[in-house]
Amino acid sequence: MALTDASPIVTARLRHGDSHTLERYLATGGYDGLRRALRMEPEQVAEEVNAASLLGRGGAGFPAGRKWSMLRPSPVRYLVVNGDESEPATFKDHLLIERDPHGIIEGTLIAAYANQVTQAFIFVRGEFALGLERMQAALNEAYQHGAVGRDIFGSGFSVDVVVHPGAGAYIAGEETGLLESLEGKRAFPRIKPPYFPAAIGLYGEPTIVNNTETMANLPWIVQHGGHAFAALGEGSSTGTRVFALSGHVRRPGNYELEMAKTTFRDLIFAPVLGGGIRHGRELKAFIPGGVSAPWFGPDQIDLPLDQDAVGKAGSMLGSGSVVVMDDQTCVVRAAWRIVRFFYRESCGQCTPCREGAGWIEKVVRRIEEGSGREQDLDLLLDVCDNIAPGLSWPPQQTTICVLGPSIPSSIVWAIRMFRDEFLVHIKEGACPYG
Amino acid sequence: MARLSAEAVAQARELMSLYPDSRSALVPICHLAQAEEGWLSPEVMEHIAELMGITPAEVLGTASFYEMLRTEPVGRYMVSVCTNIACLLNGAYELLEHAEERLAIGVGATTPDQMFSLEEAECIAFCDRAPCLQVNHRFFGSVDDERFDTLVEDLAAGRLDDDVPHHGVLSRVRRQGGLAVPAEQVRAERAEADRARAERAAAAQAERS
Repeated sequence: MALTDASPIVTARLRHGDSHTLERYLATGGYDGLRRALRMEPEQVAEEVNAASLLGRGGAGFPAGRKWSMLRPSPVRYLVVNGDESEPATFKDHLLIERDPHGIIEGTLIAAYANQVTQAFIFVRGEFALGLERMQAALNEAYQHGAVGRDIFGSGFSVDVVVHPGAGAYIAGEETGLLESLEGKRAFPRIKPPYFPAAIGLYGEPTIVNNTETMANLPWIVQHGGHAFAALGEGSSTGTRVFALSGHVRRPGNYELEMAKTTFRDLIFAPVLGGGIRHGRELKAFIPGGVSAPWFGPDQIDLPLDQDAVGKAGSMLGSGSVVVMDDQTCVVRAAWRIVRFFYRESCGQCTPCREGAGWIEKVVRRIEEGSGREQDLDLLLDVCDNIAPGLSWPPQQTTICVLGPSIPSSIVWAIRMFRDEFLVHIKEGACPYG
Repeated sequence: MARLSAEAVAQARELMSLYPDSRSALVPICHLAQAEEGWLSPEVMEHIAELMGITPAEVLGTASFYEMLRTEPVGRYMVSVCTNIACLLNGAYELLEHAEERLAIGVGATTPDQMFSLEEAECIAFCDRAPCLQVNHRFFGSVDDERFDTLVEDLAAGRLDDDVPHHGVLSRVRRQGGLAVPAEQVRAERAEADRARAERAAAAQAERS
């Protein structure tokens, strides 16, 4: 096992039961990163983040520093922190929001200072009732402490931060859907171009949208320097990342690991991490980065947790969530449940996504229920091809946002990897797993 | 309920003042309204429209998009059982079936005493404790049939009232703090700071060359 001993960056504080309080935050170096940043020029702070090569931790993996550099000059600029974590099997932002809200707030303030933002919003998924309470309580404490608001720590820099609750919609996690939602509308993703809210964002003004975990890394980067961060990991996958492990493992949970230095095998089987497959069973398949990602089989288990390596192997590290399926898993049922999710969450703007997801769901369901037809697999691949022509990875897109091309991932790769299992369902008119 | 309470109206105005465009307060205000009666009645949506200077159709248009905003009455406790991938792999549909039997209602229904509503939820980001559920968006993890029954009994007996308020109550923590000066003033100060910074940068540049 090639586990590294790099110390955690964003989960270090969580061993304390009261990690969400200002008292514990200050006792563990809290707001020192912000104080240091405020003594620097804003451009220097941005330079450190650039040097860190911090990739966005939401799912797309776009470098945070580059997002910042595209910000259009304007007297009004906004920063929106995306805490609308909804990619199935992803539960790291949930953890950070409840257990380290000050870390996210401090990162938000550092980003606000670096980009001279006048107003920031922390968008918290509506279903996180406790997270919303913890985040608001932490923000109230931060105001009281002088860390946010007018003339922060006597630096002359002022910024207001508002905690904004979502109300239940996966698509609000898409960055332009998020902005629509924050504007009080249906969370319909916006037509691109413009590709980046840095040009036209919230209320039409230049806006940065960053993920919560991305923010939580900033205090450390400012304190230790961008190069120290970039020294962790390998290539473009720098720093650490919180991997959310779930499914048929002995020890599901969030594990913060140095990027690229750990393999999927380590994550799933190391005794201190996943602990192996439950009930002495074998690994059948795993999803490497959220349910939008193509599946991997046991052959790919020695790939490192590295954005480029996983991309080259034909999938994505995505939201950093790994779902493990054992040899007793009905892959038809698993793929059906994932496509059902996309069907329910499609916003309905684009025909391939709205109609395609519904038809795929119906056809996979009838296969699973034993009423499948011989031509159904070709039919499924054909409908999928209409959504993401070519069925390649990365996918082609026929829709406004990437929800569309995410739909075929589980179905197409499940059919490619387990065609026989689909055929058994169809021939025997029943699910072999009951 | 025809209208929001005076207290809620005051809070709604406060929420509207937080955003550069008050329309942004619509979702938070819908949550506020749900906290009063557990759902959004047509009358209360009309009241929200009136407060915000938009049409009732705009309120409904937004509200009807979001799972958590209810335009039909629901029970005191909304039980949301996750059945997405991590929970599916850990027996979520068996749990959901048990929930239907125990509450004697199907998914999407409410018990005759208006105490419990049941829904099948999408991933609620608690996958290391699968199968999991929420009651009024409070988390319960590693739920087996027995634990589900105990939970239902505790809720019905009011033993969890402190942790699980009635449906619609989301964050019970009120915002305290703010800029205490108009945004324009902050922007003016920012412009001044930008100018000073540019001068410093120019001076540093001149020194180097």
